[in-house]
Amino acid sequence: MKLFATILKDVRILLRDKMGLILMFAMPVLLVIIVTDIQSSTFDVVGKNKIDLLICNKDTGTLSKELIHALDTAGMFNLSVIQQNANDKQLADEMHAKDIIAGIIINSSFSKQIAAKAKATASKALSSFGLEGDTASLDQRTAYFDLYYNPVIQQSLKFSIKGALTSAVQIVQSKETLKDLYFSINGKPLPDSLQQQLLENNTSIKEIPLSSNNENVILNVTQHNVPAWTIFAMFFVIMSLAGSIVREKLSGSFIRLKTLPTNYFIALLSKQVTYLKVTFLQAILIFAIGIFIFPMMGLPALHLPHNIFALIIVTLVCGWCAVSYAMCVGVFAHTLEQANAFGAVSVVILSIIGGLMIPSFIMPDSFRSLMMLSPLHWCLQAYYGLFLEGGGLKDVGTNILSLLLITVLLQAIALLELKRKKLI
Amino acid sequence: MQGLAIKIEHLSFHYKDQTQLFSDLNLSIDKGERFGLFGPNGAGKTTLMSLMTGLISFTEGNIQLLDHSIKTKNKQVNKLFGFVPQDFSFYEELTPLENLEFFGAWSDLNKQEIIKRSTELFEILNLTSVKNKQVRKFSGGMKRKVNLAIGVIHQPQLLFLDEPTVGVDVQTRQEIINYLEKLNETGTTLIYTSHQLNEAEELCNKIALIDEGKIIAFDTLDNLLVKYNKENLEALFVDLTGKTYKDQ
Repeated sequence: MKLFATILKDVRILLRDKMGLILMFAMPVLLVIIVTDIQSSTFDVVGKNKIDLLICNKDTGTLSKELIHALDTAGMFNLSVIQQNANDKQLADEMHAKDIIAGIIINSSFSKQIAAKAKATASKALSSFGLEGDTASLDQRTAYFDLYYNPVIQQSLKFSIKGALTSAVQIVQSKETLKDLYFSINGKPLPDSLQQQLLENNTSIKEIPLSSNNENVILNVTQHNVPAWTIFAMFFVIMSLAGSIVREKLSGSFIRLKTLPTNYFIALLSKQVTYLKVTFLQAILIFAIGIFIFPMMGLPALHLPHNIFALIIVTLVCGWCAVSYAMCVGVFAHTLEQANAFGAVSVVILSIIGGLMIPSFIMPDSFRSLMMLSPLHWCLQAYYGLFLEGGGLKDVGTNILSLLLITVLLQAIALLELKRKKLI
Repeated sequence: MQGLAIKIEHLSFHYKDQTQLFSDLNLSIDKGERFGLFGPNGAGKTTLMSLMTGLISFTEGNIQLLDHSIKTKNKQVNKLFGFVPQDFSFYEELTPLENLEFFGAWSDLNKQEIIKRSTELFEILNLTSVKNKQVRKFSGGMKRKVNLAIGVIHQPQLLFLDEPTVGVDVQTRQEIINYLEKLNETGTTLIYTSHQLNEAEELCNKIALIDEGKIIAFDTLDNLLVKYNKENLEALFVDLTGKTYKDQ
């Protein structure tokens, strides 16, 4: 009866706190939509869409044209070629004007250099076969081309562009070496059909994402973002729950509560039950948006894990951990300002070190051990185990146990502090 | 009605890092009394009330409420008394009915008892027409009445009132005082503190004046006025506590 009456009181107060509801429901929804949309565009630049590449070809030979052809057929770039006599400043201006993130100036000696290198390689090969070849000298002092790039692009994208350029140069050079070898041995040019056959790229890579249940899993920006921002939303209940505890402690009603024949523990239990329901509703709302609204916005739809029972358990455990953290902060905070400021900042910090905002695999080693202390990390791993790896409860057991351990610790700390303050 | 409502024996208390406020304080209040505790600001009235209601704990001496030691049986004793603090001690987001539902449950009442008592109290205190409106929209006087209703929902044998009529108009004050008198007639002992000395004259039949942690006068109002040859409580108060400010 007491617990029910207290839950009813907390729910009524919560439903009348419009700002609290906005913070707990509207803000995370906006956040997940905006971040997923932005990241989707970024992923498209890296993955689906081609990268714009501006080319200034100062070389008059044929090999630079072959290089441009190789880059074109690589499928990674949208090529734009500017006039031959443009200088680096004009190239940079053009990149700025057209919002192009990378550009190259092919040096005037490109064809000569590639030809010389091909000849030298062919001669070396002939010598190793016991045949005599030309001993051409190799001048490697000049770079084949200069790469210009917008400094805002990520290192990984820069590496991708450099890799694609290197690969295109390799193709041109290999072709030239083959031609030289064939001519030196047969005394006639390499036939086009043979050249095609020899250089044909048969490399085929089958991509297989790791999956716990050997089923196909869907990897996209939605599957990554929706669980991550759901966790963030759950922990953001701190803004309402910690504030509610502090408000109650500071208000006159708390004085009266202390004189009544009921332990304040009931009030804390009620708040936990109420806000656990809130975190569960947040998860349902954000998942529903991922499933139904995202496709309408042109974003990939969220696919729920096949094991819904495991999803419910993980959501409840994450929610309870978030609620326990908020309760702990509320018990220790002396003012509403303390609770709000510490609550918001600490959740952002915990989400950063937990891998919600920065992928954990790019974190330095020192941060990886720190990451283990963030409950949000364990929440994220548990959700990823279900959403991305298609796992079940057994697969995320370690994460659930870690979360329960942190939750029990937070509850114990909060209760000890209440005991110390003689509130329970 | 026989017996003691409150018995304070050899009570000593001081706040952390402060000088002794009460030293060997003794006080007895009979059941059924309308007891007024008065004194200048900082005299120790609120502290004494907090000690009697268990809001502050003490180490030396003993306080008994209706024969129960407040030190050892805190939650048991809490069922016996009601408390109407000076601050509005309820949830302004809730309606009077929702507040009474919650505080009634915390006072160990069941649902039927809560409904019965709420209806009675809303009738007596003229709150029936606003029982389903959020308290935050109420006037100060209406809030005072809600504050009082919560304190008496469980029909306590002993009621502590800390400035129960501060900031209300004459009509509301009279309404509250009338209700408190009726409540006392049904056997509830009232422990009352206020700066409204004319109101205290009307309500209280026993008075204690407290200054600097010591009880400097304790008797019925009539006896005290005769003893000190004063016209009213205000004159007596100024005579015994002096004219200088005490809360500096």
